[in-house]
Amino acid sequence: MSACDACLQRSALLAAAAGAIERVARRRSRLPALLALHDRDLVAALKIGHPDRSAAASVAAAATARGLTTTCAHAAEFPRKLDALPDRAAALFLRGDRSILDLLRAEPAAAVVGSRRASTYGLEVSRRLGRELAACGVPVVSGMAFGVDAAAHEGALDGGGPTVAVLACGADTAYPRGNLALYGRVARSGLVVSEMPPGFRPFRWCFPARNRIMAGLSSMTIVVEGAADSGSLITANFAAELGRDVGAVPGQVTSGLAAGPNGLLADGAHVVRDASDVLDVLFGPDGFRSRDRKHATPTLSAELQTLLDAVEKGEGTAEAIAGDPAAVPQVLSGLAELELLGLVRREAGGCYLRCS
Amino acid sequence: MPVAVEADIHSGLPAFTIVGLPDAAVQESRERVRAALVNSGFDFPLRRITVNLAPADLRKAGPGFDLGLAAALLAASGQITPESLAGRALCGELGLDGSLRPVRGAIVIADAARRAGCRGLVLPRDNESEAALVAGIDVTGADSLTQLVRDLTGEAELARHDCDATALLATPLGGGHDMSDVRGQHGAKRALEIAAAGGHNLLMIGPPGAGKSMLARRVPTILPPLSLEEALETTRVHSVAGLLGGRPLVTRRPFRAPHHSTSAPGLVGGGRGPSPGEVSLALNGVLFLDELSEFVRPALEALRQPLEEGVVEISRAQRAASFPARFMLIAATNPCPCGHAGDARRDCSCHPVAVARHQSKLSGPLLDRIDLVIRVEMPTRGQLADEKAESDSLAIRTRVVRARSVQARRLASCGRRCNAEMRAAQLRGLCDLDESALGALADARERIGLSMRGHDRALRVARTIADLAGSPRILREHATEALSYRDHRGGRQLSGAAA
Repeated sequence: MSACDACLQRSALLAAAAGAIERVARRRSRLPALLALHDRDLVAALKIGHPDRSAAASVAAAATARGLTTTCAHAAEFPRKLDALPDRAAALFLRGDRSILDLLRAEPAAAVVGSRRASTYGLEVSRRLGRELAACGVPVVSGMAFGVDAAAHEGALDGGGPTVAVLACGADTAYPRGNLALYGRVARSGLVVSEMPPGFRPFRWCFPARNRIMAGLSSMTIVVEGAADSGSLITANFAAELGRDVGAVPGQVTSGLAAGPNGLLADGAHVVRDASDVLDVLFGPDGFRSRDRKHATPTLSAELQTLLDAVEKGEGTAEAIAGDPAAVPQVLSGLAELELLGLVRREAGGCYLRCS
Repeated sequence: MPVAVEADIHSGLPAFTIVGLPDAAVQESRERVRAALVNSGFDFPLRRITVNLAPADLRKAGPGFDLGLAAALLAASGQITPESLAGRALCGELGLDGSLRPVRGAIVIADAARRAGCRGLVLPRDNESEAALVAGIDVTGADSLTQLVRDLTGEAELARHDCDATALLATPLGGGHDMSDVRGQHGAKRALEIAAAGGHNLLMIGPPGAGKSMLARRVPTILPPLSLEEALETTRVHSVAGLLGGRPLVTRRPFRAPHHSTSAPGLVGGGRGPSPGEVSLALNGVLFLDELSEFVRPALEALRQPLEEGVVEISRAQRAASFPARFMLIAATNPCPCGHAGDARRDCSCHPVAVARHQSKLSGPLLDRIDLVIRVEMPTRGQLADEKAESDSLAIRTRVVRARSVQARRLASCGRRCNAEMRAAQLRGLCDLDESALGALADARERIGLSMRGHDRALRVARTIADLAGSPRILREHATEALSYRDHRGGRQLSGAAA
């Protein structure tokens, strides 16, 4: 199924009007109202010309040429949760595993968002949340920005579960550039989504607009880290306005990066310590336990299990785990065994991380 | 290359000319020789003097010709007999008062003199022990020009000097660094022990202040003691570079830690001479490159030849030279510009792009020659306070020596000395793998994207681990431990390439 012409026409209009919207939507509060306007009213409000009738066809052609597929609000597979947005995205451009769309309709998804320049703690938590949620089959939605977003996607991919990256640029573009490798992984085993046509380069308003889609796709939005004026709070706001659940990971009160989530907690957001806190919200207390975990871990010897537990707790090096010099070779050999089983992964810095 | 000094004195306006491509130091030799002769009580002939340094097409450099020049003048002016100089080589820099100052490369000069058929060599006292290490030539040291002349005329003969290298090497090395100085860091110590045992190159990644340099500095103490041959080889290079500082023989394995601003010629050698670079000064020892990612790319690229072949060939307009350069490379780097990426206790303040750029610098052919990559973490307070007995250098060295002798026996037939030198084609024949070890390596290639080269590196390291354990076969635990030392960025690059 692909998007209908009217919806593609809308995408073409948004792309053509992006500069004008940028001028009008300096004040963020005006953005939702602006995006909620119908094509004709939007054109009038922005005082721009109507894009011509062939725009839809050229957008569709570009999507095909760039290897993207499309869907729109008039298609059966469209994630219905987005309908709740006053200004639902008309057409979505997709790259990756389209079966995740079915999953998004059938199952609750969780958005994990946060600061681009996160702390080691924030990265660790979001990676773990991503991994555990994905391993339970909960789609992990994020924005593929550096920091928390990227860590959440990586965790989900490591967990071998579904993940959805919502981009502010065209879905054919790896943005930011530094996440090219991550983009490749998501495009292969997850889903990359954008409401903007292929090749589109984002204006500033596109990022909050993207955030509303993230919040719209998810049953719960979790803020891991972020300053008091962080963009991730915009996502949390959208979620709250839609009546969806908002969660936050508690942080040190002295840390500027924790101001966002701690503020949300003070306002009554759910406390998120690990994936089970999220599952409790999504499925009700103990609601999830009746289901099977998708990926059962293989049975391990006692030594390997101890090692795995240590890595899960955040002990990343043999040094920290072994304690005793004589045990170092066995620990290293055990970590490599776990890596061969696909349970841990060695990171660029040289530390071990738990994965699926 | 021996140089013959010829002097001719005939009537004419007083002049002193040196021909035969002399450099500035040799030109200035005229003034030193004139003053030294006069101040030692000899006549300086006030006639037309021409000195020729043969062969005439070879550029002569350095002040070492002073003594030969002075002797040639004395003989030409009849103050000594030319016969007394027959079969003797002379070398030394003259002071204005006629005293003799040490020169660079005495051991190499002695060697060249012996090969040129000289039976004796006279050189400054400070150089005599070093030159006496060369067998087959009588080496005598002199303090001044006067002493030399009295020896030549037979008034007071200079004593022949002997130097016993074996005895020098056998003298125990007191004091110095020891591995037990480093608290904790058992993982790093284990990796260094493996590296030392198999002659592998190693890269340490860790935050600043984790003790990377401290560990590296102690690697020479766990390497096997220098053999006589190695000691002489290293002494030769150090002598040419003027680094001996009065010692006759290099008895410890050298440790060279050039600053990261060092250029390519500084690392591999160069200059007009050309003179040996850091890779040659580290001969039979350790070359430590701290802040590896800060070195300029040409400098790192230049390391490829020495790492692969154990020699550096340098060609300059005047001359080409070849220096031996077999060394163990220990490199260290921060994981990111600020140094705290992946650090559980401190946050990294770098932009993710900067981290990626930093890590991508550490790729390429140089890393192909590094068998072990380890993470060095800042020790915790508990580890620092830990009073558990630390392995000292001597204990580690004993294990290393044992592993090396096993390797030497196995590798004797193919002309290699340690596991790190095994070529890819030889690996299959030399590494006897257990069934399950084979499985682990195959799994690694399939599941974690281990490249063919990575596979070979892991196999070499596994062989060394098995040697340390005294196991003739490589078992699964050896293979998996070796896998944990691999360059883990392989998989990451793989996913990047696929995207």
